[in-house]
Amino acid sequence: MEGNIPAGNKKIVLVGNPNVGKSVFFNALTGLYVDVANYPGTTLDIACGRCSSDVVFDTPGIYGISSFNVEEEITRDIILSADVVVNVVDAVHLERDLFFTLQIIDMGVPLVVALNMVDEAGREGLKINVQLLEELLGVPVVATVAVENAGMDELKRKICLARPGRVEPFLLERLSRLSPPLSRAEALLVLEGDPAVSRRCGVQPGKERDALYRNRRERVNRIVARVVEESRAGAGIAARLGHWMILPVTGFPLLLFTLWLVYELVGVFIAQIVVDLTESIMTGYYEPAVRSLIGALVPPGSVLNTILAGQHGLLTMTVTYLIGLLLPLVTGAFLVLSVLEDSGYLPRIATLIDRILSWLGLNGQAVIPLILGFGCVTMACITTRLLGSDRERRLAIFLLALGVPCSAQTAIAASVLAGPGASYMALYILFMFSIVVCTGILLNRFLPGRPSPLLIELPPLRLPRLQNVLRKTWNKSYSFIKEAFPLFAGGMLFLGVLDIFGLLQQIRNLLAPITVNWLHLPAEAADIFIMGFIRKEFGAAAVLDLQMLPLQKLVIILTLSLTVPCIASTMVIFKERGWREGLLIWSAVLAMAFFIGGVAARLLEAFSQAGAVQTPALFGMIILCLAAVLVFARLPLSGKAS
Amino acid sequence: MTLDKVKKGQVVKITGIPNEMVRVQAIRFGISEGTVVVCREVVPAGPVVVARNKQEIAIGRSLARTILVEPC
Repeated sequence: MEGNIPAGNKKIVLVGNPNVGKSVFFNALTGLYVDVANYPGTTLDIACGRCSSDVVFDTPGIYGISSFNVEEEITRDIILSADVVVNVVDAVHLERDLFFTLQIIDMGVPLVVALNMVDEAGREGLKINVQLLEELLGVPVVATVAVENAGMDELKRKICLARPGRVEPFLLERLSRLSPPLSRAEALLVLEGDPAVSRRCGVQPGKERDALYRNRRERVNRIVARVVEESRAGAGIAARLGHWMILPVTGFPLLLFTLWLVYELVGVFIAQIVVDLTESIMTGYYEPAVRSLIGALVPPGSVLNTILAGQHGLLTMTVTYLIGLLLPLVTGAFLVLSVLEDSGYLPRIATLIDRILSWLGLNGQAVIPLILGFGCVTMACITTRLLGSDRERRLAIFLLALGVPCSAQTAIAASVLAGPGASYMALYILFMFSIVVCTGILLNRFLPGRPSPLLIELPPLRLPRLQNVLRKTWNKSYSFIKEAFPLFAGGMLFLGVLDIFGLLQQIRNLLAPITVNWLHLPAEAADIFIMGFIRKEFGAAAVLDLQMLPLQKLVIILTLSLTVPCIASTMVIFKERGWREGLLIWSAVLAMAFFIGGVAARLLEAFSQAGAVQTPALFGMIILCLAAVLVFARLPLSGKAS
Repeated sequence: MTLDKVKKGQVVKITGIPNEMVRVQAIRFGISEGTVVVCREVVPAGPVVVARNKQEIAIGRSLARTILVEPC
């Protein structure tokens, strides 16, 4: 990455706190697109692009640099190698953001400050003296409204005027006393006790972080007191709504309302109305056209014809599933997630349900991966990085792998279970809920360590910009389909080849003891599990074609939802947790899925009379089990505490 | 007293944050020992939300129990 910069050209690095609109600056400077989100931790990969002859690097949103997490380490190293740093600060949150600004100034790196969202500050009744701020910091400051492209040209002009800012003399003197002499930036990080930089420089990490941070905090407060003038205490509708979101009395109804809206949009409108339309177009027009075309080129009944246009045809079924079924579902899910991310609602949901998640050994922040998991488990596993401790990341990934069905799966579960009726859907939800809760409680009880406490910033609520939301939705959906296509095609090809050579029958026979004897399903269900390994929702889609009893449908959907998600998420789990732990999680989830599936089959049979399940009795039974686990997990803990 | 005992609307001064990681994170958010904050919300049995000017931070109940404050 760094080798590509021609000599004489500058390396410009964009830095800033989360939610300051940094990514919009990146787009404006380079014309390239990156993710824009109102949640800490969404820009994980480092994007870079060109701005005339210079190279621009985007960095993750962080509150300061040191070695507390991967994002800070990455940003620290990029800043250390930068020619110019562009620091985007939120005009509404100067007190928070200038802390990072002063850290960069103390490092002595040439700097330009973009004072962003001055419009929002104006609405909040804040007046900021830009000239005085420029004077006090000693670096160029440009007022901007990035989403409206205001001030961007001035910023581009001022990048070449970037210079190191004003520092306290005592700090310079203290830094120069370090031996051996280091660059100012490195010396500062060493004094602040950064272990990685100290190791690199071959010196002992300093112990002055607390003192330096306190001094910096006082300087920030002094600067803010001089440059910001507050004309009125503005408690707008957004602030009031923000408070309603975290109070249980209003917060839970709001959350339920939001989830209902999401369900109506994704579960009803897209999963039923849109998908019916797209699927009928694909099966009614696209598939016959492809079949007749292939039939004319390759004789029907031949191996190639079966592979291309047969039952598991590469050009027929694969394309229909991808375009007709998955694309609308995934687009809907990403649309919802983009709105939730950009609005600033997610951290408030985290605050609202922090207490509930603490029973599962997680803090409120885990709600983000868990909610994202209903969109795409693969993506959700990546966002577990924002959790505070390794223990929480492990717990969250396990729960995601086991009990959170992704958007495509939920929709298919809904359409499969729509036949048997609402009581089956309710049973499915109750089963999944109890399994997740029991697993979380038990893991929390037996995994060493304690849940780490919640400490999270509540960003201002913002109306998401339509353009950002649509762009993000499109980007995510596009890369999802791009990534899914080869996996689907490979899976289909694999199945087609197996079928042609009669191997499918043999695998079916091998799996028969499990599917037929343990899960009480037809032998063909083995296909679904095989496909499920390739792409979970794909296997679930195949359930629609099988003739089964309502009871069997519930068992197979349940088992499929519980098995480890698709290959893509398996790969991410391995990547995030390492091979050994990944393999352990993977096999544990698989074993649990089949075990629970079999138990569920027996439970359902035991509670049914003349083919109809006695739903109320079964409900009572499951809730009783849940209560028993809760009591079991609480008792020994409180005993230990006393 | 500790932060979890604070009532909604009360103005308090933070006097002690024992956990080092939390102390560093809080000072970056704008809250350090000696800072005066207003309690915006106490989620029943849940986090305490404190604010300093426009900055709002949610602090989990177990963490709030360790943070020392004095009313002012």
